[in-house]
Amino acid sequence: MSLRVTDLTCARGGVSVLSDMSFDVPAGAALILRGPNGVGKTTLLRTLAGLQPALSGRVEMAKESSAYASHADGVKQALTVTENLRFWAEIYGHDVPDAIYQTFDLDDLRQRLAGTLSAGQKRRLGLARLALIKRRVLFLDEPTVSLDAFSVKLFAQWMQGHLTGGGSAVIATHIDLGLDAPELDLTPYIATQDETGGSDEAFL
Amino acid sequence: MKAVFIRDVTLAFRAGGGFGLALAFFLIVVILVPFGIGPDRAILARIAPGILWVAALLACLLSLDRIFALDYEDGSLPLLATSPLPLEGLVLAKSAAHMVVTGLPLTIAAPALGFLLNMQAGAYPWLVVSLAIGTPALSMIGAFGAALTVGLRRGGLLLSLLVLPLYVPTLIFGADLVRRGADGLSVTVPLMMLSVITLGAVALMPFAAAAVLRINLR
Repeated sequence: MSLRVTDLTCARGGVSVLSDMSFDVPAGAALILRGPNGVGKTTLLRTLAGLQPALSGRVEMAKESSAYASHADGVKQALTVTENLRFWAEIYGHDVPDAIYQTFDLDDLRQRLAGTLSAGQKRRLGLARLALIKRRVLFLDEPTVSLDAFSVKLFAQWMQGHLTGGGSAVIATHIDLGLDAPELDLTPYIATQDETGGSDEAFL
Repeated sequence: MKAVFIRDVTLAFRAGGGFGLALAFFLIVVILVPFGIGPDRAILARIAPGILWVAALLACLLSLDRIFALDYEDGSLPLLATSPLPLEGLVLAKSAAHMVVTGLPLTIAAPALGFLLNMQAGAYPWLVVSLAIGTPALSMIGAFGAALTVGLRRGGLLLSLLVLPLYVPTLIFGADLVRRGADGLSVTVPLMMLSVITLGAVALMPFAAAAVLRINLR
């Protein structure tokens, strides 16, 4: 089991958004999060990634095994594609394998400044970061935003490889990635609004 | 940490990176002061250490909000926060980069500007020493302020208000060190006090800044 979530309640701005969630994501499997805008997909992913504390419940996974990718790519506009990737590789103590450029169709863009890339190309660069940091459990927030159909297929292919290699992922998305993965609709877990969180943010 | 440091220094030198902003500001203030004060060389010599230090401090303040705000805007800050690099290390690396990009050029340019203010000959070595010891403290304390205001739009005003009082001890002892050097007095006390402030800031501020970053990233 690479990720186990028990009775998790997570909050945004001190108000609980989702409550009493329990699910398992075994190694080699993905979980697709579904739900309308504002239901709390991002909040859940940020809580799982450890960026914000849960109000209650537990998230169990191996230490230093997860990675998070948000709406924003974390791409530095003034650095080239290669420099951007090399930076993240160094942070995680890896090299940049040449195959990454082919996997995410970045081969012709290596020396281009990231600021001159299109939105979709930037997104592919952001996703290439995930491939090179080699984390097992991925928390992905709308990974396919601004990708064209071809790039979505590239990403789905890579994700399939990641899962076959024993990795796992929790993905919030509105489109069909073509992955053979269970879907979790978040609507039943919406917290009742009179529950207030234990966070001090409500007083700020 | 090395990767973050190198990236931040590289970014500062690229287009729109803001290198030279602090230096240009420092230059402008110090050049304008003699015009405002008038050509009395005795007065200029007397106020030179204070003016140089105040100008260096304000120049440093100018680029503080860039330390974390840029990473927050493009989304790399949460990604770095979930990376194996501890946030304390991130703060240290980013303040070190800020120091190299702003504090170091100021230290190197200061003697030339001291000449414009008719600073006494004995003060030059101490001006360089005081800025070399003092600017790391300015960057470290500033990083804490930048971490506090990271999520705020136009947080620059709040950042200045928060950081300026914390800068006062550095300013007092830094300027005093140069003044005593100029008058040929013993500089031991301000030199030690300035070093203590810098060492204390380097030791404590990464933890404080990392703690407020964690809260701000929630």
